[in-house]
Amino acid sequence: MTQSTQPAIQLRGATKMFATKTGTPFTAITDVTLDVAAGEFVTIVGPTGCGKSTTLSLVSGLEPATRGTVQVHGTAVDGIPNGVGYMFQSDAVLPWKNVLDNVAIGLRYNGVKKAEAHDRARDWINRVGLAGFEDRYPHQLSGGMRKRVAMAQTLIGEPSLLLMDEPFGALDVQTREFMQDQLLDLWSGTGAAVVFVTHDLTEAIALADRVVVMTAGPATIKSIVPVDLERPRKVEEIRLTPEFTELYRSVWDSLREEVEITRARGASRVA
Amino acid sequence: MSHDISLEVAAVEVDSRVPATPAATKRIRSRKPFAWKVLGARAALIVLWLGSWELCARTIIDPFFYSQPSKIWDKLVIWFTDGTSLGSIWENMGVTLEEAVLGFITGVVGGVVLGVLLGRSTFLADVLAPFIKGANAIPRIVLAALFVIWFGFGLPSKVATAFVLVFFAVFFNAFQGAREVDRVLVDNARILGASRWQLLRTIVLPSATSWILASMHVAFGFALIGAIVGEFIGADRGVGLLIAHSKNNFDSAGVYAGMLVVTAMALVAEWLLTKLEHRLTAWRPPVASGASGL
Repeated sequence: MTQSTQPAIQLRGATKMFATKTGTPFTAITDVTLDVAAGEFVTIVGPTGCGKSTTLSLVSGLEPATRGTVQVHGTAVDGIPNGVGYMFQSDAVLPWKNVLDNVAIGLRYNGVKKAEAHDRARDWINRVGLAGFEDRYPHQLSGGMRKRVAMAQTLIGEPSLLLMDEPFGALDVQTREFMQDQLLDLWSGTGAAVVFVTHDLTEAIALADRVVVMTAGPATIKSIVPVDLERPRKVEEIRLTPEFTELYRSVWDSLREEVEITRARGASRVA
Repeated sequence: MSHDISLEVAAVEVDSRVPATPAATKRIRSRKPFAWKVLGARAALIVLWLGSWELCARTIIDPFFYSQPSKIWDKLVIWFTDGTSLGSIWENMGVTLEEAVLGFITGVVGGVVLGVLLGRSTFLADVLAPFIKGANAIPRIVLAALFVIWFGFGLPSKVATAFVLVFFAVFFNAFQGAREVDRVLVDNARILGASRWQLLRTIVLPSATSWILASMHVAFGFALIGAIVGEFIGADRGVGLLIAHSKNNFDSAGVYAGMLVVTAMALVAEWLLTKLEHRLTAWRPPVASGASGL
């Protein structure tokens, strides 16, 4: 019963500062307070370089918070919490392992026997539509296929908390929409909480239960827009509905100011 | 001399990591019909070089000092048919090879282990950096003399000389390779639940492999140099000793013949290392660099 009341992620005044070469600390995010419930899909949008990814690395335990608290499933994050999956922006598949071994590697790390790990990996390779490519090396695959390998590699561990850092950013539009649908399919019914960072407002709204808009750096939460579109969704259909356009407008209204601030800073840095 | 060649090989290694563009592949393919032209030009160069040497030796220069191709050839024939002043040439080659290979293996293992360890541990690297830089600055070839005093005229002193030469060549590359592992790959493996040892075995070592392999081409040359120099300084057998004997007898043809034997050994080893490299890096995209044949 406690599970329903306990959020999957709880950020309280989380702040992250990095040391810089000049000595003045650089604040990436400041005073971020956010709850993500189990089974909830949250997307984070914000101006370029504002610290969206930093939020993910705090939750994943890859980086400790400078101030504030970060809890996953009610426990303070210290090291990498159990049940966390992370899809990175750039390719994280191992170039020296074939598709099968790449997908199976998480299980192998956790002591699953090779035969069983390979069986389960084959199942996941089928689910992401890569059957027949088990023996290929990453360099023999297209960008979209590599992303699917990465997705299977992450999802095979059945994470209860899925962190995604612009995973589809480098893909072309058709592939991206296809991957978005595939992600929604694979996610639905798993009960996993998802935090998905993106630049793309269409993607943010089409996937999310809530869209979090962050301010220009140092980033903090500016507004949260609930997305009450029905599920299951088809990305290319849903974005044509009037409700979607309405949501897009409200998210963009909130984001525009921040983007303009970031642009002005960029311009003054150039000048 | 051998150092220059090694550097070239290392440069080619770096080259081969650049993925081939279709245009580059096309260029390589279109080169194939010219293979005979290239071979012919090479043969012509060799004939010109050896021919002019032979001609000069018979006319204007003194073959006592500079020898001549025909005499070197005669020397090689005698060595391989009747044997050398130190017994069978094969036995002497075997001794030198054994010293070089043992020094190479111990040096590579030591260099990789310490290189990866220091590459992954900033603390250890910070502590040991001045010592390693200092040790590297020692003219290590002089140590060969010390090793003969310590270990005697037999095998161990040559293995030790080869080891100190190989170790540093491999160490610095393994260190660099372990440092330059893609952060994302490391983070991804940590998230997927890799322990420290698993991280080392599945991420760090494979990604440092191309660095380590690149250094191994240079390193085997160093191992041979170590063995030969060790034999020069004090030995009872080996190709190095054979060369030293020839030098003491003012037999310049013998020095050249010894050089050729060592060169042939190095080329065979180089060929084997290249095969090993292809096996270990089968996952890489195929290389279409024109210089990859070097």
